[in-house]
Amino acid sequence: MKYTLSVLVENHPGVLSKVSGLFSRRGFNIDSLAVGITEDSHISRMTIVADGDEYVVEQLEKQLNKVIPVIKVRTYTEGGFISRELSLIKVNCPAKQRLDIMKIAELMDAKIVDVAVNTMTLQFADTLERFETLTDLLKPYGIREIVRTGTVAIEKDSAAQHKQTV
Amino acid sequence: MISGAEIMVKCLQEEGVKIVFGYPGAVICPFFDHLYDTDIQAVLVRQEQNAAHAASGYARAVSKVGVCVATSGPGALNLITGIATAYMDSIPMVAITGQVRSDVLGRDVFQEADITGACESFVKHSYLVKNTEDLPRIFKEAFHIAATGRPGPVLIDVPVDVQENMIENFEYPEKVNIIGYKPSVHGHPMQIKRAMEMIAQSKRPVICAGGGVLTSGAKPKLREFSKRTNIPVVSTMMGIGVMPSNDPLYVGMIGSHGTKAANKTIHEADLVILCGARVGDRAVASPEQVVEHANVIHIDIDPAEIGKNMKTTIPIVGDIKNVLYQMLKSIDYSAPDEWLNDIRSWQENYRRIPEKFEGFVEPKTFISKLSSMMHSKSILIADVGQNQIWCANNFQVSDGRFFTSGGMGTMGYSVPAAVGAKFARPNRNVVAVCGDGAFQMSLNELATIAQNHLNVKIIVMENNVLGMVHELQDMHYGSRYAITELSNVPDFRQLAAAYGIDSACACSNEEAEQYAKQMLKSSKPFILICKIHPKTSSR
Repeated sequence: MKYTLSVLVENHPGVLSKVSGLFSRRGFNIDSLAVGITEDSHISRMTIVADGDEYVVEQLEKQLNKVIPVIKVRTYTEGGFISRELSLIKVNCPAKQRLDIMKIAELMDAKIVDVAVNTMTLQFADTLERFETLTDLLKPYGIREIVRTGTVAIEKDSAAQHKQTV
Repeated sequence: MISGAEIMVKCLQEEGVKIVFGYPGAVICPFFDHLYDTDIQAVLVRQEQNAAHAASGYARAVSKVGVCVATSGPGALNLITGIATAYMDSIPMVAITGQVRSDVLGRDVFQEADITGACESFVKHSYLVKNTEDLPRIFKEAFHIAATGRPGPVLIDVPVDVQENMIENFEYPEKVNIIGYKPSVHGHPMQIKRAMEMIAQSKRPVICAGGGVLTSGAKPKLREFSKRTNIPVVSTMMGIGVMPSNDPLYVGMIGSHGTKAANKTIHEADLVILCGARVGDRAVASPEQVVEHANVIHIDIDPAEIGKNMKTTIPIVGDIKNVLYQMLKSIDYSAPDEWLNDIRSWQENYRRIPEKFEGFVEPKTFISKLSSMMHSKSILIADVGQNQIWCANNFQVSDGRFFTSGGMGTMGYSVPAAVGAKFARPNRNVVAVCGDGAFQMSLNELATIAQNHLNVKIIVMENNVLGMVHELQDMHYGSRYAITELSNVPDFRQLAAAYGIDSACACSNEEAEQYAKQMLKSSKPFILICKIHPKTSSR
């Protein structure tokens, strides 16, 4: 099962390697890790999507809590959070197909950020499921390159019943 | 104006550090130069790994943070095994390393090694100091982190220019404020209440005590708890000494090398109260079998240990001393006599009589005899291998201490750890027991012992093989002794003489006991070599 963990850390150099190293050396599988500064410039938030069972996620939370610069760890419960991923997709696009791809972009709410003679680049910010739909639609044209940020997630205000470890 | 190096020394003084174990080098020179003027003792070891082991022995003996210091590159790298050994056994330690100038960091200059990176998975926390101004805060935090919660090693890597730079003044912070580090020390009252109810309903309870009990200083509380409730105690290797060996409620050490009675007890129990034990694979090989018919109450200061290796019914996060204190306030329970009678009958039935070989010392009987000759508060330090098992199962403890590299199983631990322990406790018997393999990994420290006239006693169990693996080869590899034979073992008595250390060699238990008496009486270091038959088993 996929788990989305939100980890608040002190914004020090070396913290990222402390956290990411923990995953590999304890044999946890990690799907994505995104990190950025929060509203407080001394604190960063890491959003980690990990794969595993209940034992794994419990261990993960506990081991993360042991890392000294880690301030708080939360595992988001299903339906209690909003997640997004930003991706840039460069797709083959000779002149005669330009309109088709523009149609797909419009339909999927993707933004065209670059057009060249033979390619077009789309910017897409949405959920993982929608990303998969978009890439399925673009595949027939030939996808050249995909760059993804990894998932970031924020808790819904209504979701008061989150799982929290202290 | 004050230099970074002077600040480092002042920080150690503020922390009440009396002694550091270390080895010099170019980029740690500013620090040692300032230390030279103070009354903090700097002990030169003969290899950096032993500085960490000595700091570990010291830390265990006085329950304070041990400090080791090395230079950059190879010096720091040699520390790693010692740091990792301390990490596995939760020893409070601060390791200070010199580092190349911060402006050339990352350029692979002479004696540069990324020591904070290399140590990441073996330290509780680490710092690479970038500014001299940060030193007081970092030292304050490092000592705090090392000693509190579940103790462990903290590394401070200090580039030489950070040591040389001058700043306006020195001010040591009074308090530590690390927002993500607030270990909980008091058990949750609700959990404690639930635990008490569970104890009240149990018919076959057992306490499994680990090293955490000793780290917490909960030994008296645990003894009181066991006495009041009649609950028998088994211990892990790290927990040896929690109960007096001859206490009727003490069953013995559990695990693959433990006693059969202790293992039977934990497997027959309907309630296991884990106290500061992480249930490592060597202690309980199949925890799932234990939980099949037993509830588990797990008391530990480190929440990550609870449920890691054994399914827990009631977790209690807190300092064992506090938790037991809270429990003792209202406990009203006594374990049924039938249960204790069962255990006693197992102890009787499973008693083994060690096999004797003519012309050799029988180590199990000897260790047991040796402990009766030592003062009650003595410290016995076992190395790793068969000698560790002989000591663990036969050292008769009352108020003494048993140190060993329990988690990491680092050969060569005992001699340098004995050096540290002796500096910490000059008035106690400090005896290191090692095999001829481990001794040859650490005999360079004989020079440290001789130089400091340290009254350390070393017992070398000489069987001319790497006994533990040799035994494994007998059991699983058709007695093919691939690289386990120590042929041409040097004459350790001559070697001792070369260092100016007294020695004796025993070929029978009578001789060994007689020399041990002489050894313990002497006020000088002493090496007692015991000739052991290579077929002597661990058990």
